[in-house]
Amino acid sequence: MESPFRSEAAAFRLLLVTIAAFALIVLASWIQPWLGLVTFLALTFGAVWVYLRSRGPAPPRQHVEHVGDSDERRVLVVANETVGGEELTSAISELALSGRTEFLVVSPALNSRLKTWTSDEDPARAEAQARLDATLDRLSSIGIDASGAVGDVDPLVAIEDAVRLFHPDEIVLSTHPEGRSNWLERGVVAAVRERFDVPVTHVVVDLGEPAA
Amino acid sequence: MTSHTEAIHEHHGPPEANRSSRVDARVLGMFLFIASEAMLFGSFFTVYFFVRVVNPDAPAEWPPEPFHFPVFVAGVNTAILVTSSFTMHWALQSIKRGQRKAFLAGMVLTFVMGLAFLLTQVIEYLNVGFNTSDGAFASVFFGLTGLHGAHVFIGLTLLGMVIVRGFRGHYSPEHHHGVELPGIYWHFVDIMWIVVYSAVYLI
Repeated sequence: MESPFRSEAAAFRLLLVTIAAFALIVLASWIQPWLGLVTFLALTFGAVWVYLRSRGPAPPRQHVEHVGDSDERRVLVVANETVGGEELTSAISELALSGRTEFLVVSPALNSRLKTWTSDEDPARAEAQARLDATLDRLSSIGIDASGAVGDVDPLVAIEDAVRLFHPDEIVLSTHPEGRSNWLERGVVAAVRERFDVPVTHVVVDLGEPAA
Repeated sequence: MTSHTEAIHEHHGPPEANRSSRVDARVLGMFLFIASEAMLFGSFFTVYFFVRVVNPDAPAEWPPEPFHFPVFVAGVNTAILVTSSFTMHWALQSIKRGQRKAFLAGMVLTFVMGLAFLLTQVIEYLNVGFNTSDGAFASVFFGLTGLHGAHVFIGLTLLGMVIVRGFRGHYSPEHHHGVELPGIYWHFVDIMWIVVYSAVYLI
């Protein structure tokens, strides 16, 4: 949904709509007061319906500027519960072997919608931090030096925040397998591919399978 | 992104606030402000409709005899205020295109029309023939129109600041956020007046 006051032009359009709507309401009220009330209610419900149905335009594709040395690659790794998965560690190891690579691991602070609305996010952030610390220790034990961050509860917002600060050359996104992945169901991987002009690698981590 | 910032930039001092990049902070701030303003006007309208409709002692005529609202003068005033939104829009479009003279002309015209609206409202108050002690209807009339008048005054202050900065060479096609935000506020004030005028004077 978009705010009708997101810009001066939008506010001006709302003004024109308001003039037209209230002209109708006043006209109907002069004919018959109850007709005025009906017109008011009909226009109000109509406006709410249109507002709720309208979707903002898809955000423009973002160009991610390369920063740092030309021979250095920056890889952003985003994972939820799968952050410690074997498949993800293998993928990171392969990337680390391909050349000079700097890693940033982002673990979104997964939380329920109700807890997010009530700003009860401290436990979620603490859990995400614990997952992240374990992963960074594991990567460190195999010789990969990575930095980490706890991200927003929304993976797309967490990625956007990280992209602005880290300027990755590649994004690695780790999810559960299809059917068990909330992120896949919500189209997070596709959305990330559409939004950023860097390669996006999707790693499926099946935590149900025994580690190799 | 606290730990990230600390890890990469060796940040010292208070940690950066965790932020969402989904909505521009300035736009979100303006939206929340407008939302709070809408709630403020909503509370005044609640009182107005209670006094006029829900109240069992509500007068059959609005306004009750022998009082009258200056509907025609207020209508002309409404036209002036609506026109000022058009000149505000023209001013912003002009600065976006780099037309400085048109921008300044639009801003000055908007300010003059806003001032004319406010002065006409003051004159209307002086000649309306009743005051706040003449009943609940008079209280809500002065409350609603006075609340709106206060918003016009604030809007005029913002427009005045834009005009002063405009004549000092500020704003450009690339940097006109300082015009855009007062413009949003001005249109909001205009929209609220249309609602106030329709509900209080016409219906």
